[in-house]
Amino acid sequence: MNLFYHIGKYALLMKRVFTKPEKRNIFFRLFIREIEMLGVNSLGIVIIISVFMGAVITLQTAYNIESPLIPTYLVGLTARDSMILEFSSTIVGLILAGKVGSNIASEIGTMRISEQIDALEIMGVNSANYLILPKITAAVFINPFLNIISIFVGIIGGYLATIFTFAIPPDQYIEGIHYAFIPFYVTYSIVKTILFAFVITSVPAYHGYYATGGALEVGRSSTRAVVYSSILILLINVITTQLMLA
Amino acid sequence: MIKLENISKSFGDKQVLNNISSVFEKGKTNLIIGQSGSGKTVLLKSIIGLHQIDEGNIYYDNREFSRMSEKKKKDIRKEIGMVFQGGALFDSATVEENVGFPLEMFTDMSDEEKKERVNFCLSKVNLENVNHLYPAEISGGMQKRVAIARAISLNPKYLFCDEPNSGLDPRTAIVIDQLIKELTVEFNMTTVINTHDMNSVIEIGDKILYIYKGEKWWEGTNDEILYTDNKELNDFIFASDLMRKFKKSQL
Ligand SMILES: Nc1ncnc2c1ncn2[C@@H]1O[C@H](COP(=O)(O)OP(=O)(O)OP(=O)(O)O)[C@@H](O)[C@H]1O
Ligand SMILES: [Mg+2]
Repeated sequence: MNLFYHIGKYALLMKRVFTKPEKRNIFFRLFIREIEMLGVNSLGIVIIISVFMGAVITLQTAYNIESPLIPTYLVGLTARDSMILEFSSTIVGLILAGKVGSNIASEIGTMRISEQIDALEIMGVNSANYLILPKITAAVFINPFLNIISIFVGIIGGYLATIFTFAIPPDQYIEGIHYAFIPFYVTYSIVKTILFAFVITSVPAYHGYYATGGALEVGRSSTRAVVYSSILILLINVITTQLMLA
Repeated sequence: MIKLENISKSFGDKQVLNNISSVFEKGKTNLIIGQSGSGKTVLLKSIIGLHQIDEGNIYYDNREFSRMSEKKKKDIRKEIGMVFQGGALFDSATVEENVGFPLEMFTDMSDEEKKERVNFCLSKVNLENVNHLYPAEISGGMQKRVAIARAISLNPKYLFCDEPNSGLDPRTAIVIDQLIKELTVEFNMTTVINTHDMNSVIEIGDKILYIYKGEKWWEGTNDEILYTDNKELNDFIFASDLMRKFKKSQL
C-alpha cells in the first residue's frame, strides 16, 4: 500500500521534472555544472575502485585455476568480462549510489526544509524541473563514460597485477583479454549504467524533495535514498540481465 | 489589493484556518498577528498558493487565485515577492546571484541591465559591497535584507513577509520594518506581514489582522489596537509590562 503511494508520488514528481525548462541557457549551464559535480568529481573514486577490482579478479581467478587443462589466458578473459558485465556497471553504480545519492538527497532536502524550494515555487519556477532535470540528464549522459573508463582501468589493473605477482605470465593475460570478445556485452553494460544513472539521481532527488522536519530528517532521508537506490539497482540488474542476456 | 473570502484550511482532521475574510489595501503594510501556532504562516502560504485551501476565495485585484489553472497562477506569482521566515536564500549562490535570480529566470535583460537592477535593489535595502559573498558569509540581518532585495527585484505588486524581523536585535528589527514600510509606499505594493513583534504592530500596522486559534478575532489599525476591549487581543498585545506601561502613557 505504502509502496504504491510512493511509486505514484514519484511518478508525479517525474512528470513535473520532465517538462521544458524555463530557459534553455540556464538549463545548459546547470547541466554542465552537474556533469562536473556528478561525473568529473566521481572519476577519482571510480578509477581507484576499478584498478583494485581488476587486480583482485585477476589474482583470484589465477590462483583458483588448478587444473593444468585450463589455459591460463582465460584469466585475462575472466577479468575483462567480469569488469564489463558486472563490476563497471553494477558495483560502480552501487558506489555512486552512496556518493552521488546521499549528496543529491541532502542538497535537495536542505533546500526543502530551508524553504528554498518554496521560494522557487513562489517565483513561478517549476522547482522539480529546475533542480532535478539537470542532475538526471547529466548523470545519464556522463555515467556511460565513467563505465567505459572503469572497464579500461580495471583491465589495466589486472595487467599490473600479473606484472607484479607473475600469477600468470602478463603476455598470456593480454592474449586473454583479446580472446572471444563479445561487443554486445559492452552494450549491455552501458544500458545498465544508463538505467542506474537514472535511479541514483531520481530516487535520492525524490527523497530530498519530499523531506520534512529538520536537519536530522534530511540525514535520514538521505540514508533512505541510498538504501532504496541500491535495492533498485540490484533489482534492475537482475531484470536487465534476464532480458538482455537470456 | 488582496481580498480573502471565507478561507478555511485543515490538515487531516485538524482545522487550522476557519472562515477568515479580510481585505489588504494597496500601498499599506498589512499585519497578521497571533500567537505561535495560531495559523499565521499557514494563512500566508495559503494566500500565495503554497497550501491549497479547502474553502473560500482569494482575489488578487479581482482575479480569483485559488482555483486558477497552474499556468495562470504562475503569471500572478511573477507579481509576488516573498520574504520567508528563514530568508530562504539559495546557499550555493552569491548575494548578487540571489537577487538577480528572478531577473535571470524571467526577463531578457542584458548582463549590464541585470547588474544595474541588482545594485539598485541592494541599495534600496542599504547593502553595499556584499555582492560576491555567499549567504553563509553574511549576518542574519543582512540575509533578511538580501531576501527583501530579491523579493522586490521584479517590481512586485504584492509583497509577503513571514516574520521579517524575528531573531534580529531591536534596532535592526526597526530598520527592517521601516524599510518594508518605505518600499511599500514607494512602489505602491500590497504588503502582508506576519509578525509577533509588538514594536512592528505599533510602528507600521496600517492594518492589523489578529488570528486566534485559526479564526479572525479582531481587525483594525495600530491606533485602534490600543483601545480595544477584546480580551484575547489585550492578553496577547499587553502581555508584557512594557506594553502595559506604553498603553497607560498613550491613554
Ligand atoms: N504542513 C502541515 N501539516 C500539518 N499541520 C500543519 C502544517 N503546517 C502547519 N500546521 C499546523 O498548523 C498550525 C498553525 O501553524 P503555523 O505555522 O501557521 O503557526 P504560526 O502562527 O505561523 O506560528 P509561529 O508564530 O510559531 O510561526 C500548527 O498547529 C501547525 O502544527
Ligand atoms: Mg510562522
